[in-house]
Amino acid sequence: MKAAVVVFPGSNCDRDCKSAIETTTDAKVEMVWHQDSELPPGLDLIVLPGGFSYGDYLRCGAMAAQSPVMRAVAQAADEGRAVVGICNGFQILCEALMLPGALLRNADLKYVCKAVELDVVNAQTRFTSRYGETRRATMTVGNGEGNFFADEDTLDRLEGEGQVLFRYRNNPNGSSRDIAGIVNAKGNVLGIMPHPDRTFEPDLVSADGAALFQSVLASA
Amino acid sequence: MRTRQSIDDKRWAIDDERRTRVKAKVEVFLKAGVLDVQGKAIEGALHGLGFGEVSSVRVGKTIEFDLGGADPAKAEADVKAMCDRLLANTVIEGYRVEVG
Repeated sequence: MKAAVVVFPGSNCDRDCKSAIETTTDAKVEMVWHQDSELPPGLDLIVLPGGFSYGDYLRCGAMAAQSPVMRAVAQAADEGRAVVGICNGFQILCEALMLPGALLRNADLKYVCKAVELDVVNAQTRFTSRYGETRRATMTVGNGEGNFFADEDTLDRLEGEGQVLFRYRNNPNGSSRDIAGIVNAKGNVLGIMPHPDRTFEPDLVSADGAALFQSVLASA
Repeated sequence: MRTRQSIDDKRWAIDDERRTRVKAKVEVFLKAGVLDVQGKAIEGALHGLGFGEVSSVRVGKTIEFDLGGADPAKAEADVKAMCDRLLANTVIEGYRVEVG
């Protein structure tokens, strides 16, 4: 099993993602610089980490979505490889039009940094199969613009097609329909606002993030 | 060697370049259906200052730049393409373009 973590200028969870994956799975993780136009061969997972890529200039994720590496990431996604964008990575995937919707300023204008309870809405995906019957997870959020927005038709479609994978039990940022994580129609690109990479062992508030990496790297 | 002629040529070249540049101004706003939480907060603060008649505050941004090429119609089409691809996120934002 092999994974890559993309490093943008301003990423700050890239090392967390590498630690999380290498601690909880057998996968080897390579770091890929945002200026690279090619990804290493044979990847089972590509992670876009959290942080403040390009200082959040223009809009969160807008500049990173134009990075050379993102063309390679889009191509890998077209080939069916698994892609996970966490927090800023979720914003980048939306800006790159690889996921529907957008992340707005939090409804109360506050940066929110705390543990959140999640419902695993759909546990029959390559990202969530290890959550099994528990259907519950605790992860931490750290975002100022984590307020998921999409038009009503898109939200209906996401819910109808089982593309909503994670939902907040107590919405921390105003996200439409309490959405915390979605996949694309093909089911191989996940955007998630809470951090599985910061919650992969009990000393980190919760170990529930581990199941996400274990799901995707077992099913690849 | 700097001759009178070469200096004049350079001046003309600069003038020509100025003539063929257009100024573009792009204003980006959240769409009507998208809650503008910054606008709401500012509206509340203005009410607090006694400006109770204020409503519908929207916060946007202005992006200005110069553009080569003398054809205003092409310039406007180019700026709109820039808005669609980068300057605005049309999922949540609308934009206004001025070229002149």
